[in-house]
Amino acid sequence: MLSALVILPVLFAVAVALVPARHAPAARWLGVAGATLVGVLSVVVLVRFDVGDGGFQMVVDRSWISELGVSWHLGIDGISLFLVVLTGLLFPLVMAGVKPEGSAGQHDARAYTAWMLLLEAGCLGAFLALDLFVFFVMFEVVLVPMYFLIGGWGHGDSSKAATKFFLFTMTGSAFLLVGIVAVAFLNQQATGTLTFDLVTLADSQSLATTTGRWLFLAFAAAFAVKTPVFPLHTWLPDAHTQAPTAASVILAGVMLKLGTYGFLRFGIFLFPEAANYFAPLLVTLGVIGIVYAAVVATMQPDLKRLIAYSSVAHLGFIVLGLFAFTGQSVTGGVIQMVNHGVSTGVLFLIVGMIYERRHTREIAKLGGLQKSAPVMAVCFTIAMFSSIGLPGLNGFVGEFLVLIGSFSTRRWWTIVATTGVILAALYLLWAYQRVFHGTPEGDNATMPDVTRREGLVLVPLLACIVVMGIYPRPVLDRIEPAVDRLVARIDDRSPYDVPADGGTAEEQR
Amino acid sequence: MLSAVWLIPALPLCGVLVLALFGRRLGEPLAGWVATTFVAGSFVAGVVTWIGLLGHDEEHRQVVFRLFTWISVGSFSVDVGFLVDPLSITWVLFVTFVGALIHLYSISYMHGDDRFGTFFCYLNLFVFSMLVLVLGDNLVLTFLGWEGVGACSYLLISFWFQRDAAATAGKKAFVTNRIGDWGFMTAMFLLFWTLGTLTYVGGSGGGLLSASETLTTGTATAVALLLFVAAAGKSAQFPLFVWLPDAMEGPTPVSALIHAATMVTAGIYLLARLNPVLHLAPSAGDVIAVVGAFTALFAATAAVAQRDIKKVLAYSTVSQLGYMFLAIGTGAYVAAIFHTITHAFFKALLFLGAGSAIHALDGEQDMRRMGALRAVLPITATASIIGWLAIAGVPPFEGFFSKDEILAVVWQDNPGLWFVGLLTALLTAYYMSRQVFLVFFGHARWDDPAHGSRHPHESPALMTIPLIVLGGLSIVGGLINLPGVETLGHFLEPVFGERELHLTVSGASQVALAAVAVVVAVVGILIARRLYLRDPVALETGEHPSVEPELLRRAWGVDGAFSAFFGGPGRRLALAAAAFDRSVIDGAVRGTASVVQRTGQRSRVIQSGLVRRYALGIVVGAVVLMVVVAVGA
Repeated sequence: MLSALVILPVLFAVAVALVPARHAPAARWLGVAGATLVGVLSVVVLVRFDVGDGGFQMVVDRSWISELGVSWHLGIDGISLFLVVLTGLLFPLVMAGVKPEGSAGQHDARAYTAWMLLLEAGCLGAFLALDLFVFFVMFEVVLVPMYFLIGGWGHGDSSKAATKFFLFTMTGSAFLLVGIVAVAFLNQQATGTLTFDLVTLADSQSLATTTGRWLFLAFAAAFAVKTPVFPLHTWLPDAHTQAPTAASVILAGVMLKLGTYGFLRFGIFLFPEAANYFAPLLVTLGVIGIVYAAVVATMQPDLKRLIAYSSVAHLGFIVLGLFAFTGQSVTGGVIQMVNHGVSTGVLFLIVGMIYERRHTREIAKLGGLQKSAPVMAVCFTIAMFSSIGLPGLNGFVGEFLVLIGSFSTRRWWTIVATTGVILAALYLLWAYQRVFHGTPEGDNATMPDVTRREGLVLVPLLACIVVMGIYPRPVLDRIEPAVDRLVARIDDRSPYDVPADGGTAEEQR
Repeated sequence: MLSAVWLIPALPLCGVLVLALFGRRLGEPLAGWVATTFVAGSFVAGVVTWIGLLGHDEEHRQVVFRLFTWISVGSFSVDVGFLVDPLSITWVLFVTFVGALIHLYSISYMHGDDRFGTFFCYLNLFVFSMLVLVLGDNLVLTFLGWEGVGACSYLLISFWFQRDAAATAGKKAFVTNRIGDWGFMTAMFLLFWTLGTLTYVGGSGGGLLSASETLTTGTATAVALLLFVAAAGKSAQFPLFVWLPDAMEGPTPVSALIHAATMVTAGIYLLARLNPVLHLAPSAGDVIAVVGAFTALFAATAAVAQRDIKKVLAYSTVSQLGYMFLAIGTGAYVAAIFHTITHAFFKALLFLGAGSAIHALDGEQDMRRMGALRAVLPITATASIIGWLAIAGVPPFEGFFSKDEILAVVWQDNPGLWFVGLLTALLTAYYMSRQVFLVFFGHARWDDPAHGSRHPHESPALMTIPLIVLGGLSIVGGLINLPGVETLGHFLEPVFGERELHLTVSGASQVALAAVAVVVAVVGILIARRLYLRDPVALETGEHPSVEPELLRRAWGVDGAFSAFFGGPGRRLALAAAAFDRSVIDGAVRGTASVVQRTGQRSRVIQSGLVRRYALGIVVGAVVLMVVVAVGA
C-alpha cells in the first residue's frame, strides 16, 4: 500500500515520458490521472489509519541492499499521515488546475508532467521512509525535479535562482549524508550490525552524549536550510519569485515541510538528548524568524516575495512549537505544517493567476482588483485570514496550539512570538489593500475574474481551510498519539520535564 | 425553553450562508429582508431563552450547552458550547434587538448599492460573531467571536473599498485591534497554565471562573492587565482608540451597530465575564478606572471641535466607553452594564439620526453645511433630540440614570475620578448640544450655491421606524435599573455576587449628586446655546473657531504622532531590515556561491557546461560516494 504511493507516480512519470511527442497534450492528462490515483490512494490510507495508535502503521519492511543494511522500510504515523494526504491531494489539484508557464511551450508538457510526478514520488517517499538511507535518497531526489521545474518553466532569472536553491540545499544535504553514515557506522561499532533502520538506531542509543550532539547538528543543518530557519532563508524568496506557480505551491506546501518533518522524525527522534540541548538555540532562531521575516515582508515590493517571507515567519512558529516539546506545541506544529500548506498554497495560486493575467507581481502596479475580480478577492481574503490566524479558520488551530503549548516551557519567547500575530495582520492587510482595494486603472480594471477551472482548484482548498478550522478534531486525534510518544521519548532520554496540568515546568521543579 | 439557545447564533449564521450563496440572486431589497428576518428570529430565540432562564432559581441561572469538542490536545480542551447566564443573555437581547433595527434601517440606507447582498451577508456575519463572543462557554470561543467581529468590522469599514480612506481605516482598525489580541492571547496562556482550563463553568476543577479564586495577586494582576489591553483595543480606550474615529469611513448603519452599540462593548463584556480575576487584582482595577476616566475626558475634549457629524459621535462613543471602564475598574459592574445598554440605545439612535440627515443631504457630513433641518426632517430631528437629551444626562431620559449611577459609585470610591467624570459630563452635554444646534436648529446652511441646490426630505419609513423605536427606548430605558428598584442589578446578581461594589452613600447624598449632575448638564447645554445659537456669526458659518482649536480637532495630535512614527522611524526600520536581509544575509550566501562558481569554472574540462547535467552529476556523485564509503568500511 505505502510502496504503491511511492512507486505509482514513478511509473506514471515513465509512462508520461514515453508518450510520443505528437500526443504531448494527452501526456498532461495522463499525469493528472496518475496523480489523482495517488491522491485516492492517500485517502484510502487516511481512512484505514487506526486513530488511537501512536506507532507506525501499514509498515512495509523488505531487505533492499542487504550488504549495506539498507531496507525498504516504510511506515506512517500521525505525524506523517496528513503530510502524505496533503501531498496526495495537492499534486493532482495543481497539475490539473495550473497550466505550465514559461517560454517552454506545449512540447514540454511531457517533461513538466514527468518532473512533477517524480517530485511527488520523492516527497511521499521522504514522508514515509523509516530507513535513513531511503530517506536520504528521497530527500535528494526531490531536488532534481524542483531544480528543473524552476529552471525550465520559471520566470526572470530563473536558472540562477534554481542554482542558488540547488547549491543551498545540497550543502545542507552534505551534512545530512555525513550524519547518516556516521550514525550507522558508530552503531555498527557498538552493536556489530550495520543498519540504516530508523527505529533500530533510535532504540539502540549507542552514541555518547557529545557525539550525539555533533550528529544532531549535522542533521539540523540540512533541515534548517530546507525549513528554512533564519538566517538560512534567503534562497526561499528567490526560488519562489522565479518558480512557476505549480512549483511554488508544492515548494511551500510540501517541500518546506521536509525540513520541519525531518527535525521531528529524524533529529528529535534519533537524538532526544541533543535536541533538548539545542532547543534553546532553535527556539530562538524560530522566534527571530517570526518577527524578522514579518518585518522584512512588509517592505517587499513583489507580492510573491512577500508571501515567501510570510512562509518564513510561519515556519518559525512551527520550529518554536516543535522545540518547545509539549504535547500541544508539537501537535500544533504538525497541524500547522498542513495548514500552512493549504493556505499559502491558495495565496500562491492566486498570485499565479494575477501574474498570468497582468504579467506582473509588483504590488505598485496592481490595485483595485476587488472591483474587477471580486471572487478572486474573496478567495484571497479567506486564505489571508487563515494565514493571519483568525479563529474559525485552520491557521488559528495550529498557531494557537503552538503558542499555548510553548508558553509553559518557553514563556518569554512565546510572548515575543505572539507579537507575530500583529505583524502578520499588518503586512498581509497592507498588501491586500494595495492590490485589491482602491479604484482599478488600466489593465487592472479589465482583469478577468477566476475561471471555472481555477475555481475547481481553489474551492477544495478553501473548504479545507474552513472545515479544519471549525472541526479539527479528526486531524488532532490522529496526530496526538504519535506526538505523545515522541514527547515521552524526550522526557525519557533527556533532563526535560513534560509539564503537567495546571503548572509550568519551572513551578513543578 | 433554554434549549433554544443554539438558535440564537445559528439563525444569523444561516443568514450568512443564504446570502453568500444567493445574495446576488435575491437582490434588492429581498436580501436585506432575509438578513433582517434572521436577526429578528435570533432576538425571538433570545427572548425565549431569557424566559426559560427566569424559570430557574437565581443560583441555578447558569446553564451550559455543549455542542462538540473543538480543539483538544492533552490536558488542553475547549468545546463549542454556549453558556447561558444573566450576563450573556443581557448582551444577546440588546445586540439582537438593536441589530435587527439597524438591519431594517440599512435596507433603505443601502438602497442602490451594487453590493447590497454582500453588505447584509457581512452584517449577519457580524451579528453571528458577536453572539458567539457573548455566548461562548470558554475564553477561546469568546476569542473566536472577538476576532470574528474584528474581521467583520474590517470588511465593513472598508466596504466602499474603492475609496482609499475607507481601505486604510479598515486596515488600521484591524491592526490596532490585533495589538489588543496579543493581550488576549497572552492572558489565555497564563490562565491556562495556572488554572488548567479555559472553560468558564464546569469540567474538572469547576471551571475557570470558580478556579480563578486560587490565583495569586501577582498572576491575577497580570491577567487583568493583559485582558484590559485586549479590551482597550476592542473598546477604543487610550491610546488604542485611534482606529475608531477613522472607522467612520464605513456606512453609517455599520457605525451605529458595530462602532457604537455592540462590538465596542465587547471589552466591557470580557472584563465583566472575568470579574473574579479582576476582583483579586485591585491595582489593575485602579489602572482600568484611571485609564477609563482619562479616556472619557480626553475624547470629550476632542469631540467639541469636530466638524464631521459622525466624528463627533465617534469621539463621544470613545468617551462614553471610558465611563464604562471607569465603572468596571471601580467594581461597579452593574452600573457599567446599565450604561452599556442605555448607550446602545441612544448612541445607535444618534448615529441613525445622523445617517438620516446625511442621507437627506446627499452624503453631506460637514455640520457647517447643515442647520435648521428640524423643519424638513421632523421625525429624525425629534428622535435625535431625544438621543441628545439622553446622552446629556437630562432626566427622565435613560442616560441620566445610568450615568448618574456610575458617578455616584465613583464618588464613593474616589472623588478625584468622580470630578473627572463630572467634567466629562459637562463637556458631553456641551458637544452634543453643539451638534444638535448645528444640525437641526439655527440657519439652513445646506443650500450653499457652491454645493448646489439641495432639497432635503424626511427619510422613508424603513429608516424612521427604527428611529422611533430607539427614541422611545431612550426615553424609558432607565426603567430597567431605577434607583431603589434595580431590576437589572438583581438579575445580574448571580454573576457578580459580593464582588459588585454596592452604593452605600446615603439617599440624601445620592439626590445631591444627581442634582449636581443635572446642573452640570444644563450648564453645558446653555454654554452651547450661547456659543452656537445666540452668536450671529456662528449661526451663519456653522462654526465658532475660538472654541474649536485645531489641536482638539486632531485629538491632541495622538493619532498624528502614531502615524508619524509608523510612517517615519517605523518604516525606516522595516526598510533597513529588508536591506539587511538583501545585502548582509543574502550577501554572505552570494559570496559563498561565487567561490563555488569559480571552482566550477576551473573544473569545466570534465563538465559539459550544462547546468542540468551538473545537477544530475551531483546526485549521482552523492550516491556513488555513499556506496564507496559503505563498501570501504
